[in-house]
Amino acid sequence: MGDPRPLRLSLVQVEPRLGDLRANLEKAAEVVAEEDRAGQDLVIFPELNLCGYFLKDLVPETAVRLDGPELAELAKAAGNSTVVVGCVLESRDHLFFNAAVVLRAHGVAHVHRKLYLPTYGMFDEQRYVGAGSAVESVELDFGQAGSWRLGALICEDLWHPSAPYLLSRQGVDLLVCPSASPGRGVAEPNGELGTAALWGALVRTYSALFTTFVAYCNRVGFEDGHYFWGGSRVHGPTGEALGDPLGDAPGVGRRELDRRWLRRARISYPLLRDERTELLRQGLREPSGGL
Amino acid sequence: MDSELEINAELACHILRLFIRDEVLKVGAVGVVVAVSGGIDSALAFWLAVEALGPQSVVGVALPYRQSSKDSLLDARALARTLKAELLEIDITPQIDAYFEAHPSEDQNRRGNKMARERMSVVYDISQERSMLVLGTSNKSELLLGYGTLHGDMAHALNPLGDLYKTQVYQLARHLRLPEALVSKRPSADLFEGQLDEDDLGFTYAQADRILFHLVDLRDPLDELARLGFAPTVVGAVLARVRRNQFKRRPPLIAKLSARTVEIDFRYPRDWGH
Repeated sequence: MGDPRPLRLSLVQVEPRLGDLRANLEKAAEVVAEEDRAGQDLVIFPELNLCGYFLKDLVPETAVRLDGPELAELAKAAGNSTVVVGCVLESRDHLFFNAAVVLRAHGVAHVHRKLYLPTYGMFDEQRYVGAGSAVESVELDFGQAGSWRLGALICEDLWHPSAPYLLSRQGVDLLVCPSASPGRGVAEPNGELGTAALWGALVRTYSALFTTFVAYCNRVGFEDGHYFWGGSRVHGPTGEALGDPLGDAPGVGRRELDRRWLRRARISYPLLRDERTELLRQGLREPSGGL
Repeated sequence: MDSELEINAELACHILRLFIRDEVLKVGAVGVVVAVSGGIDSALAFWLAVEALGPQSVVGVALPYRQSSKDSLLDARALARTLKAELLEIDITPQIDAYFEAHPSEDQNRRGNKMARERMSVVYDISQERSMLVLGTSNKSELLLGYGTLHGDMAHALNPLGDLYKTQVYQLARHLRLPEALVSKRPSADLFEGQLDEDDLGFTYAQADRILFHLVDLRDPLDELARLGFAPTVVGAVLARVRRNQFKRRPPLIAKLSARTVEIDFRYPRDWGH
């Protein structure tokens, strides 16, 4: 049997209607069905694409349940593809989480609850949702595209290197990062948006450091004056970009991820092999916070 | 301009155009209406709106009082011609004079504020008539210094200039090649003959903007500003204005009685449902 064919991945940059679960769900189902028809294996949406980002008191009103009809509807649209969808999840005991749910036709394959809830500057997430407490990955069989270990981190999670580090130790082949990043910083010397420049550096660096694929999917549009700059992109396991990043308009970017690149990268740069977790165990201290 | 305050003009204009287009389209408005004074701020807002939406979706309104500068009106007309956009001219003299005949006042501030609110009232009526949003023109310097009339020029639906210091407004205006007459004019609220913003404020925008940038954007402590060479009297005057005018930047206070109170713990985004 030969090498598996490349994994066909779709980055979907949408502009959700803020607080309109029904409209966003219909839009997502429509895009998923189209990507499935086009033979795409994995369809990634941005953070909270089913409800919008600056929800405030809309959180309970736009939440979905893992066993609820909304995710079932989207799973039905998935066909042969796998979908990473962003939503507020309400637990059985009525706690709310900012989540990325991996859906397949038969149902939920994996859930990641956002670990790091930014509560500074323009952000106020901890007021409205609870923090996840686990970093887990999932092995997904994509048929002819082979088996891929996938981990999801949501936006701010990626700014805490322990989260991608843990996924790296679990052996992820692909790290997906749904995001709702509001742009700021229009004084960069090269003319790039400050936020976009930082994210670009982050995605490229992590993909090279962890010799893995990183798919970043950011939303577009405006909410209450905040500009979501899109720029969704995939980087390969030596840091190389797979095509240009998307712009700041709604749209879909299709990329092909070749598993052989993982092997090549890990032979040339055996960083994963050489990582010494015992140093981490020995050296780990809590910052004192003192004078 | 001061390099600290210099921004990437093209990127900023791109975001502001998208902002105007996005907010107008998603609420289902036909376009925007903007009061055009003949000054740089409203000219830039008018310009960006036309670039964002096309001239047919933008209405400028000149609202002169009999003592307003004639040049301002001429500049507003020239601007609208350049942009190929409609300019309504509505003289607010009759209603202003009628009011002050019944309630006489020589207080220039009172008279000026009344005119600003009259203009707001007219622009909101046109907003309703045309199903257009009112586009604001208050820049960050004015908002922070409180140099504006509450419920007058500070009243609007969306404001593309509110995060740009006055000196950055000039930078964008030059970048977009707005008519030189507008760019070289000294800033004036034009509430009375010969009024100049910088005389009113007691410091220049160039001074204020640098001070505000260090205080607000960089959050430098006062001793750092002294070390950087800013005159303590000017820093004090700027800071006093920022503090004194906080009320203008916030919705009115509501006495809390119930468990859920508008503006306190009834918190919904403004773009709710859009």
